[in-house]
Amino acid sequence: MDAQTIIARRVAKELHSGDLVNLGIGIPTLVANYVSADLKVFFQSENGLIGTGPIPEQGMAHPLLTDAGGRPISALPGASTFDSAMSFGLIRGGHVDVTVLGGLQVDAHGHLANWMIPGKMVPGMGGAMDLVSGAKRVIVAMQHAAKGKSKIVRKCNLPLSSARPVNMVVTDMAVIVFPDGKAPLLETAPGVSVSEIIAVTDAELVIPDDVGEMQI
Amino acid sequence: MKTVSVEEAVAMIPKGASVMVGGFMGVGTPERLLDEIVRQNKTGLTLISNDAAIPGKGVGKLFEAGLVSRLTATHIGLNPKAQQQMLTNQIAVDLIPQGTFAERIRAGGCGLGGVLTPTGVGTLVAEGKRQIEVDGKPFLLETALRAQFALVHAFLADYLGNLAYALTSRNFNPVMAMAADTVIVTAENIVPVGVIAPDHVMTPAPLVDYLIANG
Repeated sequence: MDAQTIIARRVAKELHSGDLVNLGIGIPTLVANYVSADLKVFFQSENGLIGTGPIPEQGMAHPLLTDAGGRPISALPGASTFDSAMSFGLIRGGHVDVTVLGGLQVDAHGHLANWMIPGKMVPGMGGAMDLVSGAKRVIVAMQHAAKGKSKIVRKCNLPLSSARPVNMVVTDMAVIVFPDGKAPLLETAPGVSVSEIIAVTDAELVIPDDVGEMQI
Repeated sequence: MKTVSVEEAVAMIPKGASVMVGGFMGVGTPERLLDEIVRQNKTGLTLISNDAAIPGKGVGKLFEAGLVSRLTATHIGLNPKAQQQMLTNQIAVDLIPQGTFAERIRAGGCGLGGVLTPTGVGTLVAEGKRQIEVDGKPFLLETALRAQFALVHAFLADYLGNLAYALTSRNFNPVMAMAADTVIVTAENIVPVGVIAPDHVMTPAPLVDYLIANG
């Protein structure tokens, strides 16, 4: 199983029937593929839709129905549409139960940086800052390391997305949560040992006596 | 509400005007007005738009034509031309969180001086802004945003100017239709009064100044 699939499958376990969920671009988008069909999860697209459905069949795309990246999507029975003030009212107002976002860095206090690399990548934050500030639960779905460098760090040196810490990070190696400004290791990925995780993580993790294994 | 041609409508917009344009990645954008702005070469625009779309689509056309000198947006990462003009300081760009963008415009249209939002507290976005505590929680004061012109795209417009939007093309159109001195609308369908039921009108007719006639 590749890294992205491990991450997406594990994050999908965090979603429950009735949840209103906003998925970011990249690995987070894959999460929808692993949510069981009998779970009634509502997916929001922040450009104004609750009830996003899969990419429409050939010839069925509508130019006025897209995701936040401008790609054609479909809408499921029971979907609703609204304007952007409403959409971000839902996000900031705590009506979104879970948001899953990509990350550049997450530090040991759960602070997330995911919107710019000064001097290199300055695309704008889009909806990311509102999602981190307002959703009830924030889950970061990202690779544990990139180009050999840990993305879990002691302190973010990239600009933060919010002063509010995230609730959970799911990587291809580990699940880490952030209660009370600490970073306990909750689970390891299948075949990955606690010592391997400690070795590649550039931050101090709390290692409980019983670290679980990801059920994917 | 007055019905005008697209040429007449754009002729009213002076060079250097501030213009809000509805749409999200070019979805729900008044393309005919943007094409005409390019044709009439309206330079020096202050553009207020969620994103820079992509080259050749929506407001993306304005960057290719070099018509934008200031931009307030939330994300321009999918338009290399806009990125390049920002990095070479050809345009002054203010990138702000999307929820804040929506609320600043809503405030501008609703007679509010601004809004208090938790988004951006403790980040670069807070620089130079007033932080206000309410019930012990920190918020940023984000001021209202208005423009001289709002260019709006509807799915349905009736003869009076009542508007309804479709699917995800509603986005910023209704809030922008409240927040400009002059509101100019293109519609996919112009329909008789009554076709849009009162409960389904999303922008009431008195907000619309000009409706672009079918070509």
